Amino acid sequence: MKVANKTVSAVRLVQDALKKAHEFSDYNIFTFLNEEGALKKAREIDKKIARGEKVGRLAGVPYALKDNFLTPEGETTASAHILQGFSSPVTATAVKKLEDEGAIMIGRTNMDAFAHGSSTENSYFGPTLNSHDKTRVAGGSSGGSAVAVALDIVEFATGTDTGGSIRQPASFNGIYGLKPTYGCISRYGVVAMASSTDCVGFFTKDPDDMDLLMSIASGKDSKDLTTLDDYYNTETTSGRTIGVVKEFDNDSVAPEIRKALEEKCELLKSKGFEIVELEMPALKYALSAYYIIVPAEITSNLSRYDGIRYGFRSDDSNDLNKLYAKTRDDGFMPENKRRIMIGNFVLSSGFYDAYFLKAAKVRTLIVKEYEDAFKKCDFLLTPVAPNPAFKLGEKVNDPVAMYLEDMMSVSLNLAGVPGLTIPAGKTKDGLPLGLQLIGPRRSDKALIEFSKNLREVEE
Amino acid sequence: MNVDVDTINHLAELSNFSISEKECESLKKDLGEILKYVSLLDEVDVDGVEPTYQVFEMENVWREDAILPQEANRGQLLALSKEQKDNQVKVPKVL
Repeated sequence: MKVANKTVSAVRLVQDALKKAHEFSDYNIFTFLNEEGALKKAREIDKKIARGEKVGRLAGVPYALKDNFLTPEGETTASAHILQGFSSPVTATAVKKLEDEGAIMIGRTNMDAFAHGSSTENSYFGPTLNSHDKTRVAGGSSGGSAVAVALDIVEFATGTDTGGSIRQPASFNGIYGLKPTYGCISRYGVVAMASSTDCVGFFTKDPDDMDLLMSIASGKDSKDLTTLDDYYNTETTSGRTIGVVKEFDNDSVAPEIRKALEEKCELLKSKGFEIVELEMPALKYALSAYYIIVPAEITSNLSRYDGIRYGFRSDDSNDLNKLYAKTRDDGFMPENKRRIMIGNFVLSSGFYDAYFLKAAKVRTLIVKEYEDAFKKCDFLLTPVAPNPAFKLGEKVNDPVAMYLEDMMSVSLNLAGVPGLTIPAGKTKDGLPLGLQLIGPRRSDKALIEFSKNLREVEE
Repeated sequence: MNVDVDTINHLAELSNFSISEKECESLKKDLGEILKYVSLLDEVDVDGVEPTYQVFEMENVWREDAILPQEANRGQLLALSKEQKDNQVKVPKVL
């Protein structure tokens, strides 16, 4: 990526990014542009460079921030009405680490409200359009971030991935997107969705940038007790055996995606890699387990939004309980409500054992299946989603059809393993295709290294 | 799983939503379809399988019971609420 130095100023990099952000305003990528703040930071970095002072590894690099990371710049709304007006007094740890290295946030990006969705159509601010076809969805929930990188507005963008929200939009826009191992990057200051699966990750145009960002952002944080030690910068493994999952090779996956996977496997074989076919029958149940466990956690995490302490509050009630109910009814999007209510259903007495407990047991089978798979291969290579970017409006009114988008991405979150979306050509209509490289827990660096090798082989 | 209007109203109450009749109808349909889909789990045999609630490798992360420096002060946090009075968040009458 382009870093500011004596010949290229940070101000210039930021100005270029902001100019592009305005040029592409019809894609509805940003919920807030940090124009003054970004230029101020850029001037400070340029002064440091002029004085010969040390600047960070991301000096003057413009980036886009998903709207669910807390910072004092603008409002952090998670693209939801109920957080309108919320300007955070605290800064997310991941953001702090990036900015300590000189990165400059030029804007907050649009997302499905509270990251509930797979298309960025469930946003209070309306949908973000796909970078390659404006009649199609950006993917989601981190759609704005993916499109900001794909249109080359910024060098990188942050995302969160609870069930595919980085990998699927990366695939729909032809870029790299990493969901790290659960616990790799601090979630302090990130709006919580489902605490047992939420992960912070990135979108980049190449694996080298991903490597740099991971080496900066990963590691233990005293403010997030679910962070792992800094294994990213110390542990490396590599692999020659690639597994493909039999259960993902069926008619529900678009022929062009199956072909892209087949071609990639052929290429790897020709370069001396071993391809093994694995059966992972429990993965068939991952989506059902996910859409029980995750709504249950959402119900709990979103109970804090009551209009009292921060964000939007409905005006017209003098009764406290009615005020809560009116605020939550006005403030949440329909998909937020569906998930909260499903969560309350599966946790209710009488249904808990049949739904939540059962799903938690199925989760055990999924975890074990991944453990067994990685005894037989080093990485798995699978589709990210069953299809390339679909049409705007095609699935937004059919929740189950939208959930099926996540059928190949959610199992990683349930198992806590990392997954990297790598670009895999285009359809005949020019829509980007992506594949998902999956490794065991803590293999994030190995996935990135593998994708670097793959890129070299392709060139 | 058939979801009826009473179930939707009960869930809306648990969720603290004041939903309209029209909303209730569409939620009835959507929630019914979602629950029908997730009941695919009925065919899985989980006899003797322990549940997994988290995939973090450690347990019981302890820290000193001490007040650490905080990024935000009382005034900044209070200022986030829509109404304040006497250094407190103001809400409608409770009793």
